[in-house]
Amino acid sequence: MRFEAPRSVEEAVTALAGQTGAHVLAGGTDLLVKLRAEMIEPDLIVDIKRIAGMREIAAEEGGWRIGAAVSGAEMGEHAGLVADWPGVVEAAGLIGSTQVQGRATLAGNLCNASPAADSVPAMVAAGAVARIVGPEGTRDLAVIDVPKGPGKTALERGEFIASIFLPARGARSGDAYLRFIPRTEMDIAVVGCGISLSLDEAGRVTAARVALGAVGPKVILVEAAAEAIKRRVLDEAALSDLAEACSKAATPIDDKRGTVAFRRHVAGVLARRAAVIAEARAKGETA
Amino acid sequence: MSRIHVTTKINGDETEFLCEAEATLLDVLRDELGLTGTKEGCGTGDCGACSVTVDGRLVCSCLMLGAEAEGREITTIEGMATGETLHPLQKKFIEMAALQCGICTPGILVAAKSLLERNPDPSEEEVRYWLAGNLCRCTGYDKIIRAVLDTAADMRRAS
Ligand SMILES: Cc1cc2nc3c(=O)[nH]c(=O)nc-3n(C[C@H](O)[C@H](O)[C@H](O)COP(=O)(O)OP(=O)(O)OC[C@H]3O[C@@H](n4cnc5c(N)ncnc54)[C@H](O)[C@@H]3O)c2cc1C
Ligand code: FES
Ligand code: FES
Repeated sequence: MRFEAPRSVEEAVTALAGQTGAHVLAGGTDLLVKLRAEMIEPDLIVDIKRIAGMREIAAEEGGWRIGAAVSGAEMGEHAGLVADWPGVVEAAGLIGSTQVQGRATLAGNLCNASPAADSVPAMVAAGAVARIVGPEGTRDLAVIDVPKGPGKTALERGEFIASIFLPARGARSGDAYLRFIPRTEMDIAVVGCGISLSLDEAGRVTAARVALGAVGPKVILVEAAAEAIKRRVLDEAALSDLAEACSKAATPIDDKRGTVAFRRHVAGVLARRAAVIAEARAKGETA
Repeated sequence: MSRIHVTTKINGDETEFLCEAEATLLDVLRDELGLTGTKEGCGTGDCGACSVTVDGRLVCSCLMLGAEAEGREITTIEGMATGETLHPLQKKFIEMAALQCGICTPGILVAAKSLLERNPDPSEEEVRYWLAGNLCRCTGYDKIIRAVLDTAADMRRAS
């Protein structure tokens, strides 16, 4: 196995495209675990952390562009990002321990393509877009289209994600992410739910995106859940309809961490709770 | 296969080493450099026994390649005491018996020091969350948490 730490995107693309069995290294919190378990046997590891711009969080068109090597800890320390997208930041902040936070990245969480990846439903709810660089140049792909199934992504040979873009957050908007795990820290989501919504002056929902994690082979954008709350204030009836739409959309499996029935139920419960948090944020009542 | 030449700073000293591409920073610290204070519990990021700081950021050295250390500043448990003088956290852990077998202790000390540098007055909850990635099979955690909170109070009084 060889190791390279290129300084430019071009060098990184050339290295990745020119070698079979080449793997991108960002925070390494998935990659090194797999390396040790011999689940992967790379011929080449390309560390992208030394490429210019990869560690930056930059304002762009009212939104934020987050470099692919920015860690969860760095996101949590960025006041502007926290103010605009608290749900995405809290989802990234749930990944692992303080130590893991020091290294884990959004793009790594996305490209590892675990169905239970915590930051992914939050990014999908936020309408995040991945900027992909590769031998054919640069392309933008909605985050929801990056994972194809467990461990599989839409990235072609030689391509990697250079940054994640979170669009401008409109007025009276807020987002939130909640997950269910059997303990309070350091566990894999049994269900995760990200919600982003906007309100009008009367507190009625004008736009919403609701995404579920860990209840299907990949993240699910639940359009029926967004429709269920549009043009409504989030009263008990609206929240019940939201919960029902999420429970219906979930396609979980039975495993030792939760049954199908339990996961479907929890998907609804989390959606309802996340909506209430996102609503309070949209109204500026809480951070 | 040719080994990678890495120049880095460890506990303030310029250090050079050669490592295989697959070697973790933990492997390098323990096996190349003889810095065996950093422990290996799991090798998969779950236990925190291998905690070090890299450019001031707390990380698991088992989840970082040695080659990534190029040009970085690394601090390990060996850098915690000043000569013979123990760090206040180290003194307090001994005084309050916040360890038994001791395998988790270097990682917990490095992690706790990193917390107190950022937050000199953490709540009990903040200490517990910060240290959630540091597992201890022996103490039941309570003495560890008390020792960190007590040290923080002492350090605030002293400053
Ligand atoms: C103790 C522990 C606890 C954890 N807890 C959680 C948790 O609670 N929730 C959760 O969701 N995850 C958790 N994880 C998994 C992991 O930390 C996250 O998935 C993390 O976000 C991965 O990011 P990374 O930068 O470390 O990725 P890496 O390990 O560097 O990479 C992961 C994968 O993505 C690829 N990759 C990385 N960056 C890019 C890029 N820019 N472009 C293309 N491909 C790329 C790599 O080649 C690799 O296949 C945990 C891991 C550990 C060790
Ligand atoms: S040895 Fe690194 S976390 Fe356990
Ligand atoms: S003292 Fe034995 S593991 Fe903590």
